[in-house]
Amino acid sequence: MQVHKYDVVIVGAGGAGMRAAIESGQRARTAVLTKLYPTRSHTGAAQGGMCAALANVEEDNWEWHTFDTIKGGDYLVDQDAAEVMAKEAIDAVLDLEKMGLPFNRTPEGKIDQRRFGGHTRDHGKSPVRRACYAADRTGHMILQTLYQNCVKHNVEFYNEYYVLDLLVLEEDAVRADGTPFKQKRVAGVVSYDLASGEIHVFQAKSVVFASGGVGKVFKTTSNAHTLTGDGMGIAFRRGIPLEDMEFVQFHPTGLAGLGILLSEAARGEGAILRNSEGERFMERYAPTIKDLAPRDIVARSMALEVREGRGCGPNKDYVLLDLTHLEPAHIDAKLPDITEFARTYLGVEPYTEPVPVFPTAHYAMGGIPTNIKGEVLQDNDTIIPGLYAAGEVACVSVHGSNRLGTNSLLDINVFGKRSGINAAEYAKTADWVEVPEDADADTIRLVETVRNANGTERVAQLRKELQDTMDANVQVFRTEQSLTETLNVIASLRERYKNISVQDKGKRFNLDLLEAVELGFLLDMAQVMTVAALHRQESRGGHFREDFPDRDDVNFMKHSMAYLDETAETEHVAGIRLETKPVVFTRYEPMVRKY
Amino acid sequence: MTAQNTEPVEPASKVELAPGIGGGGEIPSYDVTLRVRRYNPEVSDEGHWDEFKLTMYGTDRVLDALHKAKWEHDGSLSFRRSCAHGVCGSDAMRINGRNRLACKTLLKDLDTSKPITVEAIKGLPVEKDLIVDMEPFFQSYREIMPFLISSGHEPTRERLQSAEDRERFDDTTKCILCAACTSSCPVFWTDGQYFGPAAIVNAHRFIFDSRDDAGDMRLEILNDKEGVWRCRTTFNCTEACPRGIQVTKAIAEVKQAVLNRKI
Repeated sequence: MQVHKYDVVIVGAGGAGMRAAIESGQRARTAVLTKLYPTRSHTGAAQGGMCAALANVEEDNWEWHTFDTIKGGDYLVDQDAAEVMAKEAIDAVLDLEKMGLPFNRTPEGKIDQRRFGGHTRDHGKSPVRRACYAADRTGHMILQTLYQNCVKHNVEFYNEYYVLDLLVLEEDAVRADGTPFKQKRVAGVVSYDLASGEIHVFQAKSVVFASGGVGKVFKTTSNAHTLTGDGMGIAFRRGIPLEDMEFVQFHPTGLAGLGILLSEAARGEGAILRNSEGERFMERYAPTIKDLAPRDIVARSMALEVREGRGCGPNKDYVLLDLTHLEPAHIDAKLPDITEFARTYLGVEPYTEPVPVFPTAHYAMGGIPTNIKGEVLQDNDTIIPGLYAAGEVACVSVHGSNRLGTNSLLDINVFGKRSGINAAEYAKTADWVEVPEDADADTIRLVETVRNANGTERVAQLRKELQDTMDANVQVFRTEQSLTETLNVIASLRERYKNISVQDKGKRFNLDLLEAVELGFLLDMAQVMTVAALHRQESRGGHFREDFPDRDDVNFMKHSMAYLDETAETEHVAGIRLETKPVVFTRYEPMVRKY
Repeated sequence: MTAQNTEPVEPASKVELAPGIGGGGEIPSYDVTLRVRRYNPEVSDEGHWDEFKLTMYGTDRVLDALHKAKWEHDGSLSFRRSCAHGVCGSDAMRINGRNRLACKTLLKDLDTSKPITVEAIKGLPVEKDLIVDMEPFFQSYREIMPFLISSGHEPTRERLQSAEDRERFDDTTKCILCAACTSSCPVFWTDGQYFGPAAIVNAHRFIFDSRDDAGDMRLEILNDKEGVWRCRTTFNCTEACPRGIQVTKAIAEVKQAVLNRKI
């Protein structure tokens, strides 16, 4: 067993991980572990922008941004966290500019800003220009700029080190009211070096999870192949709850049939959606802000148009994103990458032809619960000292039941920075938690079981069946029947997973093994998502139940918290315990969500 | 890039769509043979070619064919990939003798009547099948100091930069560090010490950024014997770039800048 010792270990090298590393690396001895290379992370695929009330092009303030974020999340947002994010957004953007990020500029040379869905002037009066951007590759520029600054600060990376376990110990402790409980303490992580196949243990005072989302449980997704919910899965298996996992964002404009993202910036720049009759159908669903309504509303409207027979194409299964009324020069200046995607992958010329689009699984609003310092919760009242999470893997919760466009690039910067600072400051005074003798035992067992798997089931086949059922039954529209059916499919897939075969038996770059391990996490996460979705008998944000089409604040204005618990059963699924956590309110009373 | 916020024209509520717009008919399928260069030092010191006969569809890419080969035929076939739409830079490889991203190369754009050959990019040590050691590539990148260096006081707000000054280095900000350019360069193949096009592109991105004050230091580094002067202007890099960066032009501009500052 090879053991490394760092004050802070960061798991994941996307935007949140590297933003944390820049802070932590200057304060404490820090290592960043990633299963990819840092610049391959999926932050780089984000396109449209990062909102902050800079008011560079029109009147704006962070309070309006806070309100939009809370309303956009259908009031399931923790309002203290949304305030922090909207307030610190301004510095987050200015930090990036000072680090060198090449934002587009106004004629005066200031950072330019454009419109984005759900971001409005004065509490919903009209769309506001709040998104700071660099053409339609803002995420690419953020990822590059953060990596550049990690190079500048000599951040230590362990590339292609796949973290598979979190070392957590439990100590007897007593709450303020005198009740005893088990306090979790973090000792480090265990990782698998993809190049050599060797196991490395990293002892750390602080661990920051920043390993991204879980989009690959779906077939149609904008997510990378590598986004398999590893960080959430590791935490869950170690008894840490997962919050609000039923809430997944389906981005309205994925390239039809492929799921590749076409930024909302297209609609921010004036593009509109049309059905097979040529109608601008969003006029009917969101009369005030139309095509710039939040993503859950637009995605549902599109799916409804298709369901009612107004879809386009040979199978009438998509709608059209129309940019043909925009000047080609304007498209080239503001949306060069996404128009190239349409040309490359669908052979469609966006200057003259509308682009076939359909909702694509995009973002997990839920994840590892944290407070506004980035500290991970082991239950509603207790943090785990030294354990932090930020970005898509985390749920702080600033996105509630539906994230507004651009708020994820903001989230990773604001809460990545906070987590990095807090992790390093904690490590300065904390004691080391001893690493157990057999710290790598569970990981070795996991890896060797998979490597020696000689069953009859193919990993790719099981994954495809999982993704097919999730697309068919847990997407934009959900019912008790569709969710129950999916739980049955998942249960049978989990059985068949015990009988997989892995052909590559080697140690060097065994990506066959990697995919099999990833499938294990996907199956766990799909089950948690579906159980939570079945339990939530209401419709809110990205979670729409056709059998319960209204929001139910009396029974469901609360976060869901899913725990791994062998003694429990939820919705006839053994091993999952579902609890709730109150939503934090500061000054915004829930209202009907209309746009 | 224009800085104007032109107000979009309000589009019509309803338009007549041209017949058949936005959709083809039946998705055609076709058979391809994928010829992949295999190498696994755990098994043998020698590489060899494997052929996979695959049925593919419509707009499938080379990456889809590789996945099909791995998922349905041989799980040990190894290659890197992540985003699968040309922005992460993981899957640069040599396809029919040309460096490209597997996720951005549509099979229908290749001659599918002949086997499609796929091999690792050249000039970097092969680790297994299509996976190369990227460390020498990133080492060159780090040496050009790929980060903004500015002297003087930091402003409280953003630094101002005109739209024209921002436009000056726009092309080289597109780089995704996939190494398609560097590993297509004949000079790099024979001289692994050469910085290579990608490092120079990333130096260009800062040298021509009006906010940066360390251009002279970078030009000094690139004036080295392994720097810009090794470039023989074969344009392989420009052809290879999946992001459409005018790589050779960027190198020429850096050469010119070195000369100008010497005067």
